[in-house]
Amino acid sequence: MAAFRDEVGDAGMVCVRGGGTRWMVGAVPGDPGNIRHVSAPVGIESIEPAEMTVVVGAGTAVADLASALAEHGQEVALDGPVGATVGGTLMVGRDPLRRGRLGEIADVLLQADCVGADGQVFTAGGPTVKNVTGFDLCRLLVGSLGTLALVGRVILRTRPVPEAWAWMAGETPTRVVMDALYRPAAVLWDGVRTTVRIEGSGADVADEIRRLEALGLIVADEPVLPAGWDRWSGTLPDGGVRALGAGVVHRPGPVEAPEVSAGVRDLGARMRGAFDPSRRLNPGRDPHHVKA
Amino acid sequence: MVVTTRMDVIHEVDVERRLAWVGPGVVNLDLSRHLEGTGLHFAPDPSSQQACTIGGNVANNSGGPHCLLYGVTTAHVLAVEVVLPDGEVVMLGAEEGRASGYDLRGAFVGGEGTLGIATRICVRLTEDPPEVATLLLDFDRVAGAADTVSAVIAAGIVPAALEIMDQRVIEAVEPFVHAGYPLDAAAVLIVELDGLPAGVAAAIEQIEAIGAAHGARTVRVAADEDERARIWKGRKSAFGAIAVIKPDYYLNDTVIPRTRLAEVLARVYEVTEERDLIVMNVFHAGDGNLHPLIVFDAREPGVMERVLEAGEEIVRISVEAGGVLSGEHGIGLEKKRFMSMQFSPADLEAQDRLRRAFDVEGLANPAKVLPSGASCGHVTSLGRAPDGTWV
Repeated sequence: MAAFRDEVGDAGMVCVRGGGTRWMVGAVPGDPGNIRHVSAPVGIESIEPAEMTVVVGAGTAVADLASALAEHGQEVALDGPVGATVGGTLMVGRDPLRRGRLGEIADVLLQADCVGADGQVFTAGGPTVKNVTGFDLCRLLVGSLGTLALVGRVILRTRPVPEAWAWMAGETPTRVVMDALYRPAAVLWDGVRTTVRIEGSGADVADEIRRLEALGLIVADEPVLPAGWDRWSGTLPDGGVRALGAGVVHRPGPVEAPEVSAGVRDLGARMRGAFDPSRRLNPGRDPHHVKA
Repeated sequence: MVVTTRMDVIHEVDVERRLAWVGPGVVNLDLSRHLEGTGLHFAPDPSSQQACTIGGNVANNSGGPHCLLYGVTTAHVLAVEVVLPDGEVVMLGAEEGRASGYDLRGAFVGGEGTLGIATRICVRLTEDPPEVATLLLDFDRVAGAADTVSAVIAAGIVPAALEIMDQRVIEAVEPFVHAGYPLDAAAVLIVELDGLPAGVAAAIEQIEAIGAAHGARTVRVAADEDERARIWKGRKSAFGAIAVIKPDYYLNDTVIPRTRLAEVLARVYEVTEERDLIVMNVFHAGDGNLHPLIVFDAREPGVMERVLEAGEEIVRISVEAGGVLSGEHGIGLEKKRFMSMQFSPADLEAQDRLRRAFDVEGLANPAKVLPSGASCGHVTSLGRAPDGTWV
């Protein structure tokens, strides 16, 4: 953290881009000026399956973390385009495709060691899986696009990899599919087809496959996020697939982040002002500019 | 003082979208009862659920036995209408999950009334599991129960709940509840598994084997709903039952890494025995969330000092073991003097920035959560319980 802190320093505009795969998320039009680019530390410090936690540098690629965790039978509720980093994925704050089982990204971040706008290192949250000690800075940081503090090292909640899983698809209405299942990991709808991911013990998954086959679904390939997309929702191009709400919501219309009131915007502005009065951290990004 | 207990209306239940809008004064258990028959429930289930309100659950980010699998309150709150300390009314979060901008809903939950007052809450409802199994394992060593917990998690099983009760709790509870807890056991471990039938059945077998390998004398699977209910009734009425032992209790709440449960529990017994105090342990073992309960008679001269000293020592041991000050009860007035055990001045300053954004003038519960510079981390007088101590 010390080297990262020194690079960030206490003056001048500075940004961490992560893998840059979703750098345009929340971008504000206009040229913010001369910005120094710094990178967060890379590497996995420790994997603790008996704690269901991992300690990792924010600059580590999500794919590298996933393969290291898989060796221990664990996984983490982070996903994103190829090249996405742990820190970048947390800062963008998109829920994983399989959030029906893996959980939401807001639940992943247990502790974050950060550099603040004043150049000081501070720790948000704590190392344990349950913690209500003080204010929930970790949730505030997830989805903040690096505008409150720059995250260097994190402790994440992991989960055991399910014993069995399957993707299935068919033109059966989403509602009918949902009613036949208990806690599917993901439910997707492309305007015609419903695609679902089921997970659990081998026998339960085999049973659910039979039930879905009776409803007209067949085992399918894992859907691939179309190139240029930053998430599983939004305007639907041909062949696209949209995640429906939390994977368990059944609304076929476009998923837009709800507009917030002036009072909420003011509160957000006060928050940014409290953490970064000179707006030196990731200038040109604004979570209010994030499109669903 | 602002009281919201009479804002107790369940405004709307949307079964299709699995959410409900409630007033902050709705009692947790009343919401669960209201939802019976819908196939849905509100997952946070603090042991105080007969009395605690959803507004209180939001303010404290409450837990409960089943948050091991389902997560604490913040994972079940979609939106909150809040009156900010400056009088502005804002809606934080959204029915569909995240609103645009910062996760201010996430920042608000657990704010202990320092960030504003919740006036309407949109909660997420969770599907009832198709199959539930409740197991009771008993041990002749507390460490056996503790080690079983970390071995279960290490085996890749995440039960819905993993709760330990030690012998003193068993002795206090069993005569009232008749749950069938063996009176000669050093500890019992309650395991609840839920989900689809084959997965539950497989996990029962695995847990029986893990328990046996760590010294479980018997593993009982509740045969029916009545037996399940009695096993849980014993757990949830533990705090009431202890009144037969001593008239007063001091309840602590810390979290430690679950792999260190056995070792830290041994220290908890030592710390209290050294001070001639009785400690009872009944807690959310699966999360590593300890609840040492020191029972005493406040009329006994000098006992309060010893109780508070032991409490502080337990907090210190927990933090030294890599843990945190509080898992679900929060900081309030009582634990703010310990904040510097876990946090540096820069950490506390960052938390204060969050608070100041919500409460510019410092009007809402101003004395709570964060220590003022003067009292930071130093206890000068133990002559009486510090303000805000729950005894």
